[in-house]
Amino acid sequence: MNEVAEYVEIHRHPEPKSFISRWIFSLDHKVIGIQYVMLAVVAVFIGMALSLLIRLRLVWPEQAVPLLGDLFPVGAPDGVMTPEFYLSMLTMHGTMMVFMVLTTAPQGGFGNYVLPIQIGANDMAFPRLNMLSFWTTFLSFCALMMAFFVEGGAPISGWTAYPPLSALDAAVIAGTGQDWWIISIALFCVASLLGALNFIVTTLQLRAKGLTMMRLPLTVWTWFVTAILGLLAFGVLLAAGVLLLLDRNLGTSFFIPAGLVINDQLIDRSGGSPILWQHLFWFFGHPEVYIAILPGMGVTSHILATFSRKPVFGYKVMVYAIAAIGGLGFVVWGHHMFMSGMSPYSAFVFSVLTMCIGVPSAIKTFNWIGTLWGGKIRFTSPMLFSVGFVSLFVTGGLSGIFLGQPTVDLFFHDTYFVVAHFHLIMGVAAIFGMFAGLTFWFPKMFGRFMHEGLSKVHFWLTFLGVYAIFGPMHYLGMLPHPRRYAEITGVDYLAAGGSAEIHYFITIAAMITITAQLIFLFNLVWSLFKGKVCSDDNPWEATTLEWAVPTPPPYDNFAGRIPTVYRGAYDFSLPKAKRDYAMQCNSDDMVYRQAAGD
Amino acid sequence: MVLIVALAIWLICILLVAPFVVRIRLTNFLLAVAIWLICVALTIPFVAKTWWMPDPITDHARLVDGQMALTFVVTGVVFILAHLALGYAVLKFGRDRSEPADYTTGNDRWELLWTSAATVLFVGLVFMGYTAWAEARFAEAATQPGSPDREVVEVTGQQFVWNIRYPGPDGKFGPLDVNLIDDSLGNPLGVDRGNPDGKDDIVVPRMAVPVDKEIEVILRTKDVLHNFFVPELRLKLDTVPGIDGRLRFKPDKVGTYEIACSELCGLGHYKMRSYLDVMEQADYEQWLVEQASFLQ
Repeated sequence: MNEVAEYVEIHRHPEPKSFISRWIFSLDHKVIGIQYVMLAVVAVFIGMALSLLIRLRLVWPEQAVPLLGDLFPVGAPDGVMTPEFYLSMLTMHGTMMVFMVLTTAPQGGFGNYVLPIQIGANDMAFPRLNMLSFWTTFLSFCALMMAFFVEGGAPISGWTAYPPLSALDAAVIAGTGQDWWIISIALFCVASLLGALNFIVTTLQLRAKGLTMMRLPLTVWTWFVTAILGLLAFGVLLAAGVLLLLDRNLGTSFFIPAGLVINDQLIDRSGGSPILWQHLFWFFGHPEVYIAILPGMGVTSHILATFSRKPVFGYKVMVYAIAAIGGLGFVVWGHHMFMSGMSPYSAFVFSVLTMCIGVPSAIKTFNWIGTLWGGKIRFTSPMLFSVGFVSLFVTGGLSGIFLGQPTVDLFFHDTYFVVAHFHLIMGVAAIFGMFAGLTFWFPKMFGRFMHEGLSKVHFWLTFLGVYAIFGPMHYLGMLPHPRRYAEITGVDYLAAGGSAEIHYFITIAAMITITAQLIFLFNLVWSLFKGKVCSDDNPWEATTLEWAVPTPPPYDNFAGRIPTVYRGAYDFSLPKAKRDYAMQCNSDDMVYRQAAGD
Repeated sequence: MVLIVALAIWLICILLVAPFVVRIRLTNFLLAVAIWLICVALTIPFVAKTWWMPDPITDHARLVDGQMALTFVVTGVVFILAHLALGYAVLKFGRDRSEPADYTTGNDRWELLWTSAATVLFVGLVFMGYTAWAEARFAEAATQPGSPDREVVEVTGQQFVWNIRYPGPDGKFGPLDVNLIDDSLGNPLGVDRGNPDGKDDIVVPRMAVPVDKEIEVILRTKDVLHNFFVPELRLKLDTVPGIDGRLRFKPDKVGTYEIACSELCGLGHYKMRSYLDVMEQADYEQWLVEQASFLQ
């Protein structure tokens, strides 16, 4: 802690002694953060296995997959996947990835671990609430897993669960899979609401002396805005989920209109609207996209500055852009519903607002490039992943310019073009943000580095791999190949258009890329126990407070001495300074005067 | 096409020679090359139209294509510029630079430039596309209801088939009664055959329309959401229970086009499809007569 110029002494809480209160039901934000990350690692491998099954089924529909027949005798008799099994894999892949991976790790995981230390707090504002958030999330994960194994199997209505398909068993296979799905989502909403509240209060109340809002690291800004989005969005999904559960089980009709006839049977319900669900769902669903990607944007800004040895280009504008993306994120949900039968006039308004959100996104992109420009770039593995993030963000963002216009969406809606778009921007880009964050903070978290060589191999295979998977999906969209088709041979124009070859290419690319993730898994486990020991508290020569505490940080982070902050988060390469970085807790005296004395 | 390939080869040659000319670390070099190659590889099939949309068959569809082309140009320019700059920054500003990293916290002029450029380009695009969207969904029709230049067709989705209904010689759709619905008796829509308007309604699984006439489609569904999409028309709309969706188009090319459901509707979603046959007026009338003869 010899980087700290001055500190404020606070009361210390004793470290809990028992194994359970230390590692299982822990109140320590660092342990909870690691728990979230580990949950996401488990979920991401399940989600990825599902995506592999999806790809296999599309290209070799008759092929038996070993073990699958034993696990799912109904969905995949003798290991051959049925079309309904394909749809349930697709639903569960989307749900698993969006909720259990993209929403947990960036915010609950890295946010939880890093945010309190970066703002100079000894824990989150409400440690018990924090613990409750994680364990509720864990319950939600268990409920989601239940859906696989109940009678009728996992739901087939997609991660968006549009009624009437999701509301009426008569329209699908009777079973409780969809109910378990809703219960899981509802629990998840509760957990996220608690977490969001905690993040907001912590950021507003527990900042160290001198750490003004405009001195916050951009990571903290993104976690803070993400928390606000979560607080406003998850409540709506929770309500929608409860209504859908009532429609399914108690005979209400929130989403079911009168006069439905399924299999010659008149459905005795009336008064609901399927479009209501879509409004509620996307009122949550669009902010959710930013909940997934904003922390990745923060991590990218942070890492680009650190390894370029330059201040973030246009810090203030970056903050405004984060806030603008967060604000506008709430008024663009209608662009998911251009073809839903919603009023075409409001579609146009949503479209204008959607294009407006492209502006702060463009600002961020160019400011990232501006941060690199004129730097002295160190290509460590976190830096590679961050540069990859920028590229993926550009590519995935620009396809959004097509889909955000109702005119062009007339052609692309519900085709593979959409699949390519959202996987690049909210899937892969966000995951690159997580890889960047993990390799960056790993030495601080565990006192050991991740293996640099393995991380680089992992980066290259993944970066080229994801482009090989999702790039060609844009071309499938041109044909135009509809989404969520269990078989690709039924439609004439697809058979003629060469879609089979593209699908084949994508599946091979996916098999290679998914296999490459085993390198990551091996690296993660190996580095935990055998990685190169990080003996330096600030191995990356970074500026923010987490690098001023011991490695790994003690129970209450600062051992009761909260450092005073003197400067903004990215004082790299200050002219006339002694070193090419000035930590936030360094006084001017330390930065300049000692330089003169040397 | 030749030009693009030549350009690509030229780019690759430059890139291969570059690291020997300038002292650059391997990682910087590889990453810059990867970024540029990805950019080129993604762009080529779009420029060469290797996999492309089917030819449009209405004026409105051509309008949509115009907007699509404009969007490709705008996003293409931004895509290539951003990747060029990203690759260049990665290549140029490695840790081997002799001078220290620049100390800049931003540049108002540049930031103002790309902020206003993005605003004008992106928001401008939407307004450029306004006419095509209006024509698809809410513009005044060229013809009046009941005019001889307009045909009205009702399309009803159900798991997993399309039912197409024509009003018959009287030009009037008969009332529907859900209690009369019976797939096995060939009355999937519940048409009341006792009603004078409904007596001559034709219900078929395949859609036929005359060429060069304004067609109004009423979109409905019996059960869950479906989506009526004909790629050649560049028209798409969900069929929503309880709501009558409306689309209009005026095809100018005789031919057979596919209707594939574009909204997840259950187990058989992938095989829910039908055809749109655009026929000469005479053929169409003949076809209607043939279909009506099955009613007797």
